[in-house]
Amino acid sequence: MLEQFEQLLSQNDIFNLATLMHYWGGFVTTIQLVFLSLVIGAVIALPLGILRTSKNPWISKPIWIYVYIFRGTPLIVQLFLIYYGTAQIEGIKGTWLWENILAEAFYPCLIAFVLNTAAYTTEIIRGAIENTSKGEIEAAKAYGMSWAVRMRRVILPSAFRRALPAYANEVIFMLHASAIASVVTIVDLTGAARDIYSRYYAPFDAFLFVAAIYLCITFTLIFTFRHIENKVLAHLKPLSH
Amino acid sequence: MLDLQGYGPSILGGALLTVEVAILSLLLAVFLGLLGGLAKISSNPILNGIATVYTTLIRGVPDLVLMMLIFFGGQMMMNNLSDWLYTKFEVDVFFNVNEFTAGVITIGFIFGAYMAETFRGAFQSVELGQIEAGKAYGMTPWQIFSRIMFPQMMRHALPGIGNNWLVLLKTTALVSVIGLSDMVRLASEAAKATHQPFLFLLPVIFGFLLMTALSEWGLKMLERKYSAGVVKG
Amino acid sequence: MKKLIIAVSCMLAFSAGSIQAKDWKEVRIAVDVPYEPFEFKAPDGSLTGFEVDLGNAVCAEIKAKCEWIPQAWDGIIPGLLARKYDAIMSSMSITEERAKKVLFSEGYYNTPSAWFGKKGMGLDVASKEALTGKKIGVQRGTLQDNYVTDKFGDVVEVKRYTTADDLVLDLTGGRLDAVFLDFPVGEKTILNNDDFETLGDNIPVGDGIGVAFRKRDQELANKFNKALKKLKDDGTYDKIMKKYFAYDIKI
Repeated sequence: MLEQFEQLLSQNDIFNLATLMHYWGGFVTTIQLVFLSLVIGAVIALPLGILRTSKNPWISKPIWIYVYIFRGTPLIVQLFLIYYGTAQIEGIKGTWLWENILAEAFYPCLIAFVLNTAAYTTEIIRGAIENTSKGEIEAAKAYGMSWAVRMRRVILPSAFRRALPAYANEVIFMLHASAIASVVTIVDLTGAARDIYSRYYAPFDAFLFVAAIYLCITFTLIFTFRHIENKVLAHLKPLSH
Repeated sequence: MLDLQGYGPSILGGALLTVEVAILSLLLAVFLGLLGGLAKISSNPILNGIATVYTTLIRGVPDLVLMMLIFFGGQMMMNNLSDWLYTKFEVDVFFNVNEFTAGVITIGFIFGAYMAETFRGAFQSVELGQIEAGKAYGMTPWQIFSRIMFPQMMRHALPGIGNNWLVLLKTTALVSVIGLSDMVRLASEAAKATHQPFLFLLPVIFGFLLMTALSEWGLKMLERKYSAGVVKG
Repeated sequence: MKKLIIAVSCMLAFSAGSIQAKDWKEVRIAVDVPYEPFEFKAPDGSLTGFEVDLGNAVCAEIKAKCEWIPQAWDGIIPGLLARKYDAIMSSMSITEERAKKVLFSEGYYNTPSAWFGKKGMGLDVASKEALTGKKIGVQRGTLQDNYVTDKFGDVVEVKRYTTADDLVLDLTGGRLDAVFLDFPVGEKTILNNDDFETLGDNIPVGDGIGVAFRKRDQELANKFNKALKKLKDDGTYDKIMKKYFAYDIKI
C-alpha cells in the first residue's frame, strides 16, 4: 500500500515528495504563527479588556485609541509598517533587538499579528464583561466583595463563557489572516502554494490543495469550539420542550 | 506639510481605486447575499444545499487564497476556454481577467456569503404574521417580498451589512497583492523606493480610519431612517 | 436596481474582449518592471531600458506600433496565454519547461548570474557547508530561484520575493545574507551601495534570453527573429547595448 502511494507520488509532477514536504513546512509555520499570535494576544488582551471597562478616562481612552486603530485598518498595512518600518529605524542595526528578533521575517510578522488580535480580543472581553447581568454584580456587591474579588470570582468566569462564540470567530479570522504572512516572504501554507504555482504554473493544484487544508483546519476549530461551548455554556442552553 | 516626494497624486488616485473596488464589491455582495439568504430560507433542498456549500466554503478558506485562486486560476481557465474555442470553432476571442475585475469578483463573492447569513437572519426576524397577512390579501410572492419583507428586513439587516462593509473595506487592501494599483500598493511601492515606510504608510492608515469613521457615521444615519416608526422595546 | 445594472455593465466593460489583429500592426509587449537596466521606469514615469529600446527598434523594423505593458513576473506567462499582450520581452530565459507553454524567439542576449552580499563576509558560495543556514534571496519563479533551490535548497533558507526590488530592499535592509541575481541587475541596483560586493565568480545560468510568444503566433515570432537578426548585423543592437553595458551580452 505504501509502495503504491510512493509510486503515485514519484510519477506525479506536482504532488511529489519534495513539494509535499514544502506544503508540510508551510503547514507547520501557519500553525505556529496562528497559535503563538492567539496565545500572546490573549494574554495581552485580558488586562487590556479589563482596564478598558475602567471609569477612568485616562486609562480607558488610550486603550480605546489602540483598539480603534488596529481594528479600523487592514492587517496587511499594519504588517508592512512593522516589517519595513523596523528595518528603517535609525541605528537599529547591530542592536540585540535587531540581530535576534527583527531581522528574521517571522518575528515582525508575529508582532503585527499579536497587536491585531489583541485589539480584537480586547473588544471581545470588554463586551463580555459589560454584558454581565446586573443581578450578578449587585449580588456580588451585596456580599461585600471588592472590585478585585468581584472580577475574579463573578464577572470574569461568566465573561469568558459569554465571549466564547465571538472568540471562536476571532480564532478562525486569525487563521485566515495568517495567509497574509506570505506577502513578506514567510513560507506558510499560502507561501508554499505560491512557490509551487510559480515553479510549475499550476494554480489550481497549488491553491485548491491549500484551500482544502485551510478548510480542514477551520472545521476542526469550529468543531472543537462547539464542543467546548456545549460543555461550558451548557447552563445557558435553552430548555428543550 | 507632508512632502510626499511627488507620489501624492498617484496615491490619491489609488485611494479612489480602493473606494471603487469596495463599492462595486459591495453591490455584488449584496446581490449574492440576497440570493443566498433567500436560498437558505427556501424549502427547496437543492437551493438550500447550494447556499450552505457556498457559505461554508467561503468561511473556511482565507480571502487571500481565494483571490489568488480566482486571479491566477481564473486566467488559466479562460486561456483553456479560449484555446478550446479556437481549436473547435476557429473563434479567436479573448477574455481578459484583469486585476480589477478579479478583485471585485473575489471580494464580492466572499462577502456575498457573509451577507447571505446576515440576510437570512434578517428575513427570519420579520414577523410571520406580516407575511401571512400579505398572503391573506392575495399578494403574489414578489409583492410580498418587495412590499412587506424587504422594507422591514432592512432594519434588521443593517447592522450586519454595516459590519460586513467595514470588513470589506479593509479586505480591499489585499488586491494590492495581485497587482492592482490601489492605495496600499502604490504607497508601499513608494515606501520601498524611497526607504521611508512611515512617510507613506501612515497616511494610508489615516485614510482607512477616515473611511471607517465616515462609514460608521453613514450607517448610523441609515439605521435611523430605517427605524422610523419602530418602538424600541 | 439601476445602480446594480450600471455596476454590472461597468464590470463587463472592464473585461471586454476583442477579435485578434492578425496583421500585427500593433504589438503589445509585457515587461516586469523594475529590472534595471533591462526595463525600468524613468523619473518621468515612462518605460526605458535595454529591452525596451531593443524592442522599440524591432517594432520599427517590422513596421508595427509597440505598446509596453507592465506585468508582475508571477503572472507573466498566464497573461500572455490570456491574450493580455502578444509578447514577453522581460529577460525571460529560454528553458525547456517554459518552451512547453510558449514559443521562443532566437536568443538575443545572455548574461551570467552572480551572488551579492555584504562586503567582508567572505562567504564561499561554491561550498554547501559555508552556505548552510544562511538566508538567500531570489526572485520567485526565475531561473535563479530554480538554481538555488535545486543546488542548496536543502541546507539554506530560500527567501522568495515577488519583485527584484523587494529582494534588493531586504538585502540592503539586512534581512538576507546573500542574494543570487542576474549580474547586470545586481550591478545596477546593489553595487551602487558601497557596503555590498559580488561573491565568487559569475555563474552562467540558462541558455540565453528570448522573446516569448503564444504557440500559435509563429508568424509574429518569425517577424521578430528576422528583425532581431537584422539589428544584430547592422550595428543597431551594438549601439543600444553600449548605452547600457560596458561588456558584451550579445548572442
